[in-house]
Amino acid sequence: MAETIEHEVGLVPGRQRGRPGPLRLRLATFVRRHKLAPYLLLLPAFAGIALVVLWPLVQVVIFSFQNYGLPQITGALPTQWVGFANFSTTFHDPEFWLSLRTSVLFALVAVPVTLLLGSIVGLLLNRLGKRMAVFVSTAALLAWATPPVSAAVLFYWMFSPDGGVVDWALAKLPHWLVGSTNWAQFNWATNGALPAYVLIAVLVIWQAFPFVAVTVLAGLKTIPAELNEAARVDGATSWRVFWRVTFPLMKPIYLVLLLLSVIWDFNIFTQSDIIASLANLNEYNLSLYIYDKAFTFPPSYGLGGALALILAFILLVVTVGYVRASVKQGALT
Amino acid sequence: MTNINLTSTTVTAGPTAPSAARPPRSGRNQGSRARAVKRAKAISLNGFGLIIALVTLFPIFIMISTAFKPSQEIYSLTPNLLPAHPTLSNLTQVMSGKVSGIGTVWLFFRNSVVVALATVLIASVLALLASVAVARFRFRMRTTFLIVLLIVQMIPGQALIIALFLDFKALNLLDSLVGLIVAYSAQALPVTIWMLRNFVATIPKELEEAAAIDGATGPRIFWRILFPLVMPGLVATSIFAFITAYNEYIFALTFLGQTHSDYTFPIYLTYFFGQHGAEWGPIMAASTMYTIPAIIFFLIVRRRLVGGLTAGAVKG
Repeated sequence: MAETIEHEVGLVPGRQRGRPGPLRLRLATFVRRHKLAPYLLLLPAFAGIALVVLWPLVQVVIFSFQNYGLPQITGALPTQWVGFANFSTTFHDPEFWLSLRTSVLFALVAVPVTLLLGSIVGLLLNRLGKRMAVFVSTAALLAWATPPVSAAVLFYWMFSPDGGVVDWALAKLPHWLVGSTNWAQFNWATNGALPAYVLIAVLVIWQAFPFVAVTVLAGLKTIPAELNEAARVDGATSWRVFWRVTFPLMKPIYLVLLLLSVIWDFNIFTQSDIIASLANLNEYNLSLYIYDKAFTFPPSYGLGGALALILAFILLVVTVGYVRASVKQGALT
Repeated sequence: MTNINLTSTTVTAGPTAPSAARPPRSGRNQGSRARAVKRAKAISLNGFGLIIALVTLFPIFIMISTAFKPSQEIYSLTPNLLPAHPTLSNLTQVMSGKVSGIGTVWLFFRNSVVVALATVLIASVLALLASVAVARFRFRMRTTFLIVLLIVQMIPGQALIIALFLDFKALNLLDSLVGLIVAYSAQALPVTIWMLRNFVATIPKELEEAAAIDGATGPRIFWRILFPLVMPGLVATSIFAFITAYNEYIFALTFLGQTHSDYTFPIYLTYFFGQHGAEWGPIMAASTMYTIPAIIFFLIVRRRLVGGLTAGAVKG
């Protein structure tokens, strides 16, 4: 307690203690005496979060047990509690399982590749000369800074069969390297889920690896140079130094990066929505499936709510891991 | 080239050499060899860095290059990297609003900037107050609040959007930029509070304590001491909030349906794309115009932004 500002101010002798004064002063005294300052400071932010995040969350839980849809909004039919009907409808829909599979597979590919590429670039940035490091990190920042909508449209163009640069380049490469597909005419968006999600994965990785690289670099900078040097003097190779010295010290950072990446890649919506809608893709990932169930005519907010709960439940494990990792790192002190 | 070969041989020789093989300059021969190894290493590292940078930049390069290409070059089966006959017609078409049919690009740019600036203002004020509370006071519920922040940060937008859509409908906030500002501000809060809290925590408490002993009151300490010191952090978080709002897609897609004049830039871009799918020239021109402000913003504050975001990520 002794370290709070208010307390320090209270220590100043003879000032304001219980002396009746103008309203402002009396209010200040009241706040101080009851130690209200932190609560008053928190109140606006907490109110915002409560109204725009926590309350809607409660509503979503309520919807998921109701048959809330278009007739209920217009008032044509009353809203009814339907128990777990929305959930059982969902679990009996094969499309739900397919979209869940797509999301899981996507995260299983995109997360490791992002982390690996980001780490390599981060390690590289740490060893490059100053000018080159600035160049590489600027390039990475540009990819990161590109708005996702721009990036999605851009990658769709690059992978387009009429004049897109990727198909052109793939057609130039020898068959033994890229297979015998007729790449010059290959349409990434209309040949089923796999090519479309490969396209989305390349796009997502391109945008996500700079954050990993920069975070890894910041982590590397916190490791005292003497540790690496000592290991090197003892004859350890770069590879050994990384796995025996650097990585153990960076583990907490990697844990946070891993959990954040899982959440981001599992929830990917913007890029997949743009690509999928342009491509008339029928193979949804979980995010698209939820959005489609909730909003596509006829809207079913009950089904959407149930799906949102299922998604939240799946991510709960990751979120708990993230909170625990943060607490362990002393984030709450 | 020879240098690179040299590296590979000497590097593989490295681990087999006993640890005593690297005493400080034991001979002239070894010294020059070590220097050559060092140079070769630097060259291969730089080469690797160059490749990564160029591959990363390539898509952005393609976007800008396409924006200046006339259409016969865009659909050519052997694409050129640079436009052979650069043209401004794509840009002028986008600016005049002729191709999209729903207005000039400036209208949507303005909408996006207005929304983003309002978000920055609201989120910064609220987050600064909250971060001082969390970083400088010990009180009941503090830990609870921090954990709520972490959890809120993890809640996917898709989970909330259904309820928010219905609430905003009831409050008449759909098809309005105000609704977006409310949603974006709340969305930006957890990360901004978290980042600012880390900044506030790095400011030595002794400064404030000294001021308090000199008789300064809480608000005075805040404005005269804490605020100037936390300013760099505030800039970083503001930019973070700005970019989050400027880039946001799912809320805008859901909330802005009816009135074209309320579209933010990303919604305009996807609408345009949906209507005129194959007009890559104008689309890339619009996309370039949307991207460049975000990139410039990133670059101006790059050091602070990186420091700020990683302060959040590394410490948080």
